[in-house]
Amino acid sequence: MAAFWRNKPNNQSTGEKHLNNMDGKIAFISGGARGLGAETARMMAACGASVVIGDILDEAGKNTAAEIVSNGGKALYTHLDVTQEDSWQAAVKAGVDKFGGLDVLVNNAGIFFMKSTEDMTLADWRRMVSVNLDGVFLGTKTALPHLKARAAKAPVGSAIINLSSIAGIIGIANFTAYHMSKGGVRIYTKACAMEFAPHRIRVNSIHPGLIETDMAKQVVKEMSPTMGSDNAVRDMFVQSHPIGRIGEPKDIANGVVFLASDDSAFMTGSELVVDGGWTAQ
Amino acid sequence: MNRVDGKVAIISGAARGLGAQTAKVLAAGGAKVVIADILDGPGQQTAAEIGASAAFVHLDVTDEDSWKAAVKFTAEKFGGLHILVNNAGIFRMQSTEETSLADWRQMIAVNLDGVFLGTKSALPVMKECAAKDPVGCSIVNLSSVAGLVGSPRAAPYCMSKGGVRIYTKACAMEFAPYRIRVNSIHPGLIDTDMGRDVIAQMAGPGGSDKNNAARDAMISWHPIGRLGVAMDIANGIAFLASDDAAFMTGSELVVDGGVTAQ
Repeated sequence: MAAFWRNKPNNQSTGEKHLNNMDGKIAFISGGARGLGAETARMMAACGASVVIGDILDEAGKNTAAEIVSNGGKALYTHLDVTQEDSWQAAVKAGVDKFGGLDVLVNNAGIFFMKSTEDMTLADWRRMVSVNLDGVFLGTKTALPHLKARAAKAPVGSAIINLSSIAGIIGIANFTAYHMSKGGVRIYTKACAMEFAPHRIRVNSIHPGLIETDMAKQVVKEMSPTMGSDNAVRDMFVQSHPIGRIGEPKDIANGVVFLASDDSAFMTGSELVVDGGWTAQ
Repeated sequence: MNRVDGKVAIISGAARGLGAQTAKVLAAGGAKVVIADILDGPGQQTAAEIGASAAFVHLDVTDEDSWKAAVKFTAEKFGGLHILVNNAGIFRMQSTEETSLADWRQMIAVNLDGVFLGTKSALPVMKECAAKDPVGCSIVNLSSVAGLVGSPRAAPYCMSKGGVRIYTKACAMEFAPYRIRVNSIHPGLIDTDMGRDVIAQMAGPGGSDKNNAARDAMISWHPIGRLGVAMDIANGIAFLASDDAAFMTGSELVVDGGVTAQ
């Protein structure tokens, strides 16, 4: 029961300082150097997990891992290009060698660009596919043997969390390639949930609205010319979220931790929509 | 640091099953909980099990005066109201042909009127509390997988749970300016008194063999290979109720072991 209430002081008689809901779990987070991935890594480490940060951004990734370690957490940075199968194999191996296995995979790495169908080349389209879809497939395929092995021994099993988006649920003009990729992640998640249920691996997707990260700054910048100014874009986004604000990285990290923890033991193939009400309108 | 420390919750239908488990999880997380139910004996017992952070109040969810009294009791007893869990509900295995207008209206009275009256009665106090709270307040409505997909011979139940699903989204829009988040949760079949009753109604008369066959069929309906337990749902409700879900409103938390992902 208490698992959900992480960092809750336990009964003193047990001698435990905290009840952490990811104690003993080992998590791999792609794109964990910054933004949502970094916040997820920090949160998971604070909840007792050992975290492996895979990213193409070596310096930022090393800094994030070092920050977690300096705060008393367990973290490892490893270089990862999510579009390359060899890179995935090396990164997962580095994490498994360091921490002894893998319980949780967060397929977080992703790219965004704004282009109309008329302006988009096949090369643009394929770049979106290679990062946002190949990256999820390769991560899943590479992590699977390790997740299976740990799930067979864990009381509840293993978990995969895929970062989709509200763009995987609804359409917005001129984001078509991004929508294609996130819609693909949404339903790929459900299919994997069916395929991996016998292995006791749960697979769920999370669907953020706009979150204050570097990627959000890029979204604002790319939309700015058509809307007149950065502020006009930001105002539009604030108003698009009925809750009246843009999300913070911790809003998503909390959701990923919930899906990764045993608190969501009966959830698989589900969509956690964390969008301040955007898609409920 | 407890995720619902200092918050006050009222849970309809909390004498037993999902509601009782939710009350226990919220209390363990630092909340004060009011167990509201039509079942006085079990409700008082559940409150006693939890201890000083819980209280029981009689509630008939179909009755507006009863709701008003329960909310008043909560605000007076614990000094506010931050979390409303509209959990009380009934199920009946009935096809359209088997359903009378009276049956249909009874389903509406409990599963829809109950949610409306709970929301309306709690709203004034929740608005006040939300204005003072760093994150705001939260309403969690119990829908079901039957609010997402159709099931044969349960049309009135599906109607009610589909209604709860979209009523939730409309309330999320309406209450966003008040800083009250509203989300729904969608359980699969959960091994509670109500879940076992669903299995018994599916099995029909015919003894334990038929009942066991129906139970096996329900287990295999869930790709995850088991029925849910009350804790699976209570953890989800606690997540939605807590500030961890501060950016979630109008969303559906589907906790169904993969049933609707197929």
